[in-house]
Amino acid sequence: MILKELSEAFGPSGYETPVRQLLRQALEGHVDRIWVDALGNLHTEKRGTGEDRLRVLVTAHMDEIGLMVVGHDDSGTLKVRPVGGIDPRVLPGAQVWVGPDRIPGVIGLKPVHLLEEGEAEKVAPIEQLRVDVGAKGKEEAKNLAPVGTVAVFATRFRELGPTVMGKAFDDRAGCAVLAELVRGEPFPHDLHGVFTVQEEVGLRGARVAAYAARPDCAFALEGTIADDLPKEKDVSPTTEMGKGPAITVMDRTFIAHRGLVRLLVETAEGVGIPYQFKQPGVGGTDSGAIHLAREGVPCVTVAVPCRYIHSPVSLLSLADFENTVRLMREALARLTRRTIS
Amino acid sequence: METFPLLKELSETPGLPGHEGPVREAVRRLWTPLVDDLREDGLGSLIGLKRGSAPEPRPRLMLAAHMDEVGLRVTGFEKGFLRIARVGGTDRRVMPGIEVVVHGRRDLPGIVGMRPPHVVPQEQRNKPVPWEELFIDLGLPEEEIQEWVRVGDPVSFSRELVELKNGLAAGKALDNRASVAAVTLALEQLGRMEHAWDVVAVATVQEEVGLYGAATSAYGVAPDMAVAVDVTFGQQPGVSADESFPLGEGPTVGVGPNFHPQVVERLKATAEAQEIPYHIEPTPGRSGTDAWAIQVAREGVPTGLVSIPLRYMHQPVETVALKDVERAARLLASFAAGLEADFRPRWEDEG
Repeated sequence: MILKELSEAFGPSGYETPVRQLLRQALEGHVDRIWVDALGNLHTEKRGTGEDRLRVLVTAHMDEIGLMVVGHDDSGTLKVRPVGGIDPRVLPGAQVWVGPDRIPGVIGLKPVHLLEEGEAEKVAPIEQLRVDVGAKGKEEAKNLAPVGTVAVFATRFRELGPTVMGKAFDDRAGCAVLAELVRGEPFPHDLHGVFTVQEEVGLRGARVAAYAARPDCAFALEGTIADDLPKEKDVSPTTEMGKGPAITVMDRTFIAHRGLVRLLVETAEGVGIPYQFKQPGVGGTDSGAIHLAREGVPCVTVAVPCRYIHSPVSLLSLADFENTVRLMREALARLTRRTIS
Repeated sequence: METFPLLKELSETPGLPGHEGPVREAVRRLWTPLVDDLREDGLGSLIGLKRGSAPEPRPRLMLAAHMDEVGLRVTGFEKGFLRIARVGGTDRRVMPGIEVVVHGRRDLPGIVGMRPPHVVPQEQRNKPVPWEELFIDLGLPEEEIQEWVRVGDPVSFSRELVELKNGLAAGKALDNRASVAAVTLALEQLGRMEHAWDVVAVATVQEEVGLYGAATSAYGVAPDMAVAVDVTFGQQPGVSADESFPLGEGPTVGVGPNFHPQVVERLKATAEAQEIPYHIEPTPGRSGTDAWAIQVAREGVPTGLVSIPLRYMHQPVETVALKDVERAARLLASFAAGLEADFRPRWEDEG
């Protein structure tokens, strides 16, 4: 399963090379053109079979959240800062891979036995946390992991039955969906599939990719928040695992094109694929950059619901994954110029 | 035996207090070729006897290392998720986002779930998640969970032991599997050494919930002398050097009311004779180890304590130096082999 390889690949924002290499290998021979741009986005082009062909951009981001080394302690531990959005409460107790060579490291806290009054009620900010790679002192730590070295959670992919768990499903799930689309039969329209960089630090890759692609319309594929969890104030689950692909009508960064939303809904209902709408106003995706490219691009986000994103281990339903691939395939087959006019 | 693979097997095998079955079987396999007799007591501690060469009745030295680990227990169900409570001194600050195994009618991997930062209000992020809000996700339909899991089932951390730089190892349950490994290596070494005393190795149960296994096994073994083996606080960022010991500079020997001065002297003398580096660990009262229970078994047992420095205690990233495990093993074996048939720890004014 390409999702397993993608999930275990090393690639925080700006350091996506191992993910890109993996995808390039998987996609060569299935596309008419494949290239890398100045920021590191992986572009693919697959010519369509139809007469009146649209240029359809489909993106998924390769980067994942992680940590960056910003300094070293005399004791030999590493000081780090987050790459992308991380709740510091998920860091203590985690095992990490430091650098693309995956030097094992751990993040521990002062033992619970030695805490002072009230200390147990405090969250250690990331500035106080240290990554321990076993270095004996500052010099060794600097040699092993110089300032600027990046790290990711050390999590192995695992199948639980109807669900799978692993790190970085945001957005390696989207990458796996896009890889399936690119590797399948050609569509009537020209498919410009881009695996983008630096989504987690501000949708940077998508911005230049969309400019270069000059698309007629675009789909951003994501692994998005499923907050269908036990919690006190249950306003919305955002999305629910197992209820099918999630269509975004609006989030913090864009409003989806109504024609594309209609296409997805009518396709899902016509073919009989479960689907859901993501709670409006939550999160942001590459669509936020793509819809503003040049003179504007009709855009929508389709996502596989994933629980516990931005933590060491996320969870998704394989049925949701398959249904996202199916929905995208069927929708791209039904897309016409009228959809976006 | 190679230390890292031995420690890896012991670390990764589950064994919660009162549910030590899997780790007990692992220890049984390891000890069977190393001892003359192996038995289990009423609470489940594993007792291995290695006979000495002195004429009967031979004095007995008990070497005790607890094999249980801190963890969790299922307390209820909610919307297909499991609610949990801690067993032993599990640190809730490390719970969000970790992988666990629920030991139900079969072992089920799961995640202690954490809501993503996108939907968590800032004020909540400044507080550790309280126990009553933590839950486990098994990624299975509710009906299947009902079939496999019941309230009370134990839950252990799921974590591979990894080797860090400079011969350090990091993983779960090194408190106290590092010591079980040390006792195992000591038994192996004793197989090549002459020793007058009987050596009784005990992998005790239920230390983390109240030193219960040490109490019953010390009664059962009725030793003439005992050394408990445990872990102690290793030096790490944020912890004062006054209350911790550096990794890689040898085990510690406890001094204080919990320990008989002659046992302490013998341990120190052995370390010095064998050129094993060690630190003295001052323990003004309760040691919080099996030694505390063993000392007051029956009519009282002269007791000592050897500890292996460990970072991040009770977290799934506990870290020790492999060399310290090996040094603790060598200290225990040399100490046992050095006991003369007629030696008994005595008070200087005992008369």
